[in-house]
Amino acid sequence: MNELVRRGAGEIARAVRSGEVRAREVADAVLERVDAVDDRVGAYLTPLHELARAHADRVDRRLRDGEALPLAGVPLAIKDNMCVTGTRTTCASKILEDWVAPYTATAVARMLAAGCIPIGKTNLDEFAMGSSCENSALGVTRNPYDPSRVPGGSSGGSSAAVAACEAAIGLGSDTGGSIREPGAFCNLVGFKPTYGRISRYGLIAFASSLDQIGPLTRCVEDAALAYDVMAGYDPMDATSIDRPVEPAAPALRESLEGLRVGIVREFDTQKLGSELDGIYRQAYRDLQALGAELVDVALPTADYGLATYYLIAPAECSSNLARFDGVRYGLRVDADDVQAMYERTRAAGFGPEVKRRILIGTHALSSGYYDAYYVRAQKARTLIAGDFERAFERCDAIACPAASQAAFTFNAKSDPYSMYMMDYYTIPMSLAGLPALSVPCGWTTPPGGTLPMPLGLQLCAPLFAERLLLGAAHAYERSTQHARRHEPPVEAVSR
Amino acid sequence: MSYEAVIGIECHVELRTRTKMFCGCANEFGGEPNTKVCPVCLGMPGALPVPNATAIEHTIRAGLAFGSQIPAFSKFDRKNYFYPDMPKDYQISQYDMPLTVGGEVKYWLDDGTMKSCGLTRIHLEEDTGKSAHAGSGDGRIAGSAYSLVDFNRAGVPLMECVSEPQIHTAADAVAYLEALRRTLLQLGVSDVKMEEGSLRCDANVSIRPVGSAQLGTKTEIKNMNSFRSVHRAIESEIERQIAVLESGGRVVQETRGWDEVRGTTHSMRSKEEAHDYRYFPDPDLVPLEISRERVDAIAARMPELPWQRFERYAAQYGLAPNAATQLIDNLALAEFFDRVAEASRNPHQAANFVLGDLSRLANESSRPVAESAVEPEHVAELIALVESKTINSKIAKELLGRMWEGGGSPKHIVESEGLAQTSDPAAVEAFVDGVLSANPKVVADYKAGKTNVVGFLVGQVMKASRGKADPALVNELLAKKLR
Repeated sequence: MNELVRRGAGEIARAVRSGEVRAREVADAVLERVDAVDDRVGAYLTPLHELARAHADRVDRRLRDGEALPLAGVPLAIKDNMCVTGTRTTCASKILEDWVAPYTATAVARMLAAGCIPIGKTNLDEFAMGSSCENSALGVTRNPYDPSRVPGGSSGGSSAAVAACEAAIGLGSDTGGSIREPGAFCNLVGFKPTYGRISRYGLIAFASSLDQIGPLTRCVEDAALAYDVMAGYDPMDATSIDRPVEPAAPALRESLEGLRVGIVREFDTQKLGSELDGIYRQAYRDLQALGAELVDVALPTADYGLATYYLIAPAECSSNLARFDGVRYGLRVDADDVQAMYERTRAAGFGPEVKRRILIGTHALSSGYYDAYYVRAQKARTLIAGDFERAFERCDAIACPAASQAAFTFNAKSDPYSMYMMDYYTIPMSLAGLPALSVPCGWTTPPGGTLPMPLGLQLCAPLFAERLLLGAAHAYERSTQHARRHEPPVEAVSR
Repeated sequence: MSYEAVIGIECHVELRTRTKMFCGCANEFGGEPNTKVCPVCLGMPGALPVPNATAIEHTIRAGLAFGSQIPAFSKFDRKNYFYPDMPKDYQISQYDMPLTVGGEVKYWLDDGTMKSCGLTRIHLEEDTGKSAHAGSGDGRIAGSAYSLVDFNRAGVPLMECVSEPQIHTAADAVAYLEALRRTLLQLGVSDVKMEEGSLRCDANVSIRPVGSAQLGTKTEIKNMNSFRSVHRAIESEIERQIAVLESGGRVVQETRGWDEVRGTTHSMRSKEEAHDYRYFPDPDLVPLEISRERVDAIAARMPELPWQRFERYAAQYGLAPNAATQLIDNLALAEFFDRVAEASRNPHQAANFVLGDLSRLANESSRPVAESAVEPEHVAELIALVESKTINSKIAKELLGRMWEGGGSPKHIVESEGLAQTSDPAAVEAFVDGVLSANPKVVADYKAGKTNVVGFLVGQVMKASRGKADPALVNELLAKKLR
């Protein structure tokens, strides 16, 4: 393996800018890595060899022309629910299997403008609905730390790509935990900024009021660099926030002196078993050792997060996914009349989980049920956001698990509810629109497994407090170095 | 039993804006199919709507013109149903928090009676594309081989004005529509052309026994393509409902289509078949906060409205209803008229010239009066010349023709060409004497009792004076000399 592929985004950008290495060399090394390992990882649905090389050459030219590129030559994995002009953009769904996007998502465009090299489009749970990547209709993605296990989801392709050194930054989208959970499962930093910080233009919507793009990276610095490039108002997204963004990368810190960290009373880690309980308690102590003051905070309505989320997200998805009707693009299964064409196309094009959520959402919005389901869920959402507001009167950030367990084996969560439970700790923050991230905090060998699997600590901050959040995560990462404990054994796995 | 009809009107008005409601595509009628489209108005995956501020302002302006309240908060909702010409399979519309609430449309009838009909609300939404069906011969979907969709219209800002059920006759319904159309045209918010679909309307019609306060079951009439068809469709539907009740039947709540050729309405779909639109707030759009300052700024620029002008013409100028309406229906002409009326202080003559000779000249040359070479002040001068009997009406007409061709001040022409009417008795008498001596036979005929030949003699005198002789004086002198 070429050592270039192990380097972080910051390291690569510095090396490319200094002329130590050309962007094209980085691209070639990473593409070689993809060719070598991706048939075992399955991170990419569509690798973009030609586009990557063309972009790398362009980056080298732009640098010669004197442009300052913060992410010069950084290999980028793009979740396949983000549009890139001229590339197949599938949402891992049969209904969009052959759809070629005619435009580029704002977040992707900003990353490319900053010098990133698009390595490929990555796998996901169909339309980002799922927590393991198993709901993809187009491919299987394996966890690079144990190929018998899932990479998490829905941004599982991007997390696996970054974990397997097939990219330095993976773009994910997080609706209820879809960046943070795969980040935790793949020993990465998975960062979801404040809702509205990064434009959703060109992100194929699952649940518009919750969807947020963010990076999956091997270190906090890289997450900050990606955030600094992508964050900021976009006139093409009416929900993007027109508010100045203070760069986070220069604000990374080494200590947590003066920071009050809330430990959520209701998130009792004893429920996770003694080993995980011990790991999380140690994580809290490590925060304290860095100078943080631990504060007991309450989120009494957080327990309703899951029920609330599974009304709001499906309601929005039932409407967002109506456009996949066979009329203008994507799959069409012909029939005698338009109604039958709709029915056949959607029956053939959507997988079972997508259909389940469309049905739930359609029901929740139906006349006679709207008040009982959708309106009450919106009220619960307001209460949950209120809990966080009160908690943040007593603390500056909240720490809790990112997921209730390490990456599980394929088919272990065949019951939808047990899969939904994977987002128990991440959903409340999504409903409140808060910035949150997962950062590696330890390892466990799950029962029945033979390989150590990573665990993630979730940190969450008030709205727009990304700088504080990334700063705190950086201090924790620097002092604990959990991520460096194990290498992904992907090369040892037989083909 | 005698019945009273209760009618409510829903109008869809395409707004005149540079770009569409939620994207940057041109908002223009027609064009090659699917040339005014982008990822947003095609409902491409991942594309997002951004509201058009001008469309919102137009809607508020319309609301203010009708005296509606403008709530401080408004929002967009999604109306969900599948239709091939609707790109997202939902329409961005407004459900329970429209941009304007209440108000009234003041309208007047042919005899000048001023009436009003309450508005329930005006809300803003996006238009759909247009389907064309091929292979069925008549363009209908039934029996067609395939359908084509043009999305040029998809996403055009569409304002829906919903009236209260306060109209009782087809004539009133049309007068209401006329007033609404005139107002929106004057505000510049829409072209309101029914033939291009920038104004489309549906009518909710029910009947009840005269004197009853309870509303009957209503039907919704669609597919009316002109004000004339609105009139015919409503009359036909009232008759149909009366016939249903008289024969002991019940009116069914349904949507009915107007058939222009047959002159009747037919059932399209019943209440049971109605969609559950599953309205919910569009999560792609943030709620609208409409500041008082913004509303006040729009209100401050409100022009004189058609109904106000109508009342002014009647009260201040004493214009007949049809003259006032004619002027109001041609706003540039009305403004021209206002300047003539003001400068001449003779609104009656001003209306005669503006609606008569000037409008005829405008028709003949296909150039609007207001864009012609004629200045309102010059028309006022002409009126003064007629009033002072400096010229007669024949010369006035001639002068208007020359003014139309760029002749400028009529006073100047009269002075420089000596066209002033000759009221000097001696001069006119000389013309009269000349004509009488040149036509002894006619004079003899007159004296023999054929008194109608006097017209011929007047004509000869006018001709001899090149039109300048005061016709009254000519008549007087002729009568005297023939006695």
